[in-house]
Amino acid sequence: MLPDPRLADLPLVVALLALALWLIATRHDRSAIIGFTAYGLIVAIVWVRLGALDVALTEAALGGIMGLLLLMAAARLGDAPDGPPPTWPLRVLVGLLCGAVTAGLAVLVLTLPEPAPNLVAAVAEQQSATALKNPVAAVLVAFRAVDTLLESAVLALAVIGLWSVGADAAWGERPRALDSDAPDPALVLLARLLPPVGLVVGVHLFWTGADHPGGPFQAGALLAAMVALVWLARLGAPPPVRSRLTRVGLMLGPLVFLLIGLAGVVAADAYLAYPEALTKPLILLIEAAKTLSVAVALALLVAGPPALPRARP
Amino acid sequence: MIWADVFTVVLVTAGALFFFAGWVGLMRFPDSLSRLHALSKADNLGLGLVVVGLLAQASWPYGVLKLIALWLLVILVGGATGQMLAGALHAAGPTPEPDRRGDAARDAGGTR
Amino acid sequence: MTAAELYGLCGAGLVGVGLYGAILGRSALRRLLGFNLMGSGVFLIFGAVARRGGLAGGSASDPVPQALVITGLVVAFAATALAVALLVRLAAVRREAGAARGAALPAGATAAAAHPESDGTGAA
Repeated sequence: MLPDPRLADLPLVVALLALALWLIATRHDRSAIIGFTAYGLIVAIVWVRLGALDVALTEAALGGIMGLLLLMAAARLGDAPDGPPPTWPLRVLVGLLCGAVTAGLAVLVLTLPEPAPNLVAAVAEQQSATALKNPVAAVLVAFRAVDTLLESAVLALAVIGLWSVGADAAWGERPRALDSDAPDPALVLLARLLPPVGLVVGVHLFWTGADHPGGPFQAGALLAAMVALVWLARLGAPPPVRSRLTRVGLMLGPLVFLLIGLAGVVAADAYLAYPEALTKPLILLIEAAKTLSVAVALALLVAGPPALPRARP
Repeated sequence: MIWADVFTVVLVTAGALFFFAGWVGLMRFPDSLSRLHALSKADNLGLGLVVVGLLAQASWPYGVLKLIALWLLVILVGGATGQMLAGALHAAGPTPEPDRRGDAARDAGGTR
Repeated sequence: MTAAELYGLCGAGLVGVGLYGAILGRSALRRLLGFNLMGSGVFLIFGAVARRGGLAGGSASDPVPQALVITGLVVAFAATALAVALLVRLAAVRREAGAARGAALPAGATAAAAHPESDGTGAA
C-alpha cells in the first residue's frame, strides 16, 4: 500500500511559501537572490507535479540566467536599504491589503467551476493538422501563433530598451555587465567543458520539442545560459551593440515568423495560417529561427547595456 | 520486475539519507569549508545512489544514458562551484567574522 | 482537497507575499524580487487551472494555459532584465551626481553657486 501521493505536494508548498517569506524578510539582497534561485528550482519541480513538463523545463532553464542576472546586479548595487524601514501602521495596512488579495484569490481557486472547462479536446482534434505531437508546441506555433509572434517581438523590444539605458558616450560599445577582473580557474574549466554539452542538449530540446516536452523557448534559454557562462569566464566577449550580425540574429525569429504569417494570407487564406503541404517544414523553419533569436535576446539581456571600459585604478 | 522495484526503493532511500545527512551537516557544521564538504558528499554520493537506483526503472538505452549523463554533469558542476566557493572563502581571508561565514555557507546551500 | 487546488492556494499565498515585498521591500532589488514572486504565484494559479482542465479532458495538463505560462515566463524575464538595467543605471547616475557635488563642495560656496544643477541632482 503506497502512501497518498499528495503527501509529496505538501512539503513543496510549505517550502515555497517559507522561502518566499524568507526572501522578502532576510537582511542581505544577495542571500535573497540565492534563495530566489532555489525557489525557482522548487517551482520547476512543482510544474512537474502539475503535469506541465514544458513549463518545468522553461522555468529550470530560465532560473539559472535569472539568478546570474540578479546576482550581478546585487554586486553592483551594494546592499544598503534605500530609505528608513516602513512604520508599523503602514506594514499592518499593506499586510491587510495583501492578505485580502490572497484571500480573494484563494476563494477563486476553491470555487473553480466543476467540471473544469478545458481545451484539451479542441487541441487534440486540430493537432493532426500541425504534424506536431506535442500539444503545447502546437498551441504555441499554430493555434496561438499571434501570442508567440508578439512575445518574440517583446523580447527584441526589451533588448532595444536595455541598450537604450546605457550612457550616451557608450553607444556602439559592447555590454560589460558580466565582466570580472580575473575569473576563477574552476569557472574557466566549467565554461570550457559545459557549453559543448549544453549545445547538444539545447539542439536536442529544440528538435524533440515537436513531439515531446521542449521547444524553442527551453532550447533558447539553455543556449543563452551557455553563452553567458562563456562570457562570464571571459573566454569570449559580448558583441558590440553596433554589430550587424547580432542585430540580424536578434530579429531573425520575429521576421521569419512575420513573413511566413503574411505569406499565409496569400497561400492559406489567413494571416499566420500555413498551407497544408508545407506545414511541417514551415513550422520547423519558424522554430529554428525562434530558437536562435530567443537565445540571442536572452544572452544580450543578461549581458546588460553597452558600457565604456571601466577606468579603475 | 518486483526485484527491480525493491532495488530502486532501497538505493533511492539510501541516497535520500545521504541528502539528509548533507542537510544536517549544512545546518550544524561550524565553519563554511566543512559545510561545503558536507554538501559535496550529499551531492555526489546521494545523487549517485539515487541515479543508480533509478537506472533499474529507466528505458534502455537512452533513459539509462541520460541518467548517467545527468550524474556526471552534476559532479562536474558541483565540483567546479565547490572549488569557486572555497576559493572565494579563501580570498575573503583566513578568519572572517563568524556571522559572515555563516552567511557564505547558507548561500552555498541556496545554490543547490 | 486535490493537488491542483493545493498549488492554486499556494499561488494565492505567493501573490500576497510577493505584493507585500513589491510594496515594502527593503531595496529596489528586493521589490523586484517581490514582483517576480507575484508573477510566479499567478503562473502557479494558471498551472492549477491547467491541471484541473487537463485531468477533466483526459491529459496531464491543458496545453493552452501551459503555452501562455511559457510565453509569460520569458516576458517576465525580459521585464526583470530591463528593470535591473534601469536600477544599475540609476545607481550610476546618482553616484556621478554625488561625486560632482562632493567635488564642488571643497571649492567653496562660489563653486556650488556656479553649478546649482549639481545640488539639484544630489538632492533628488
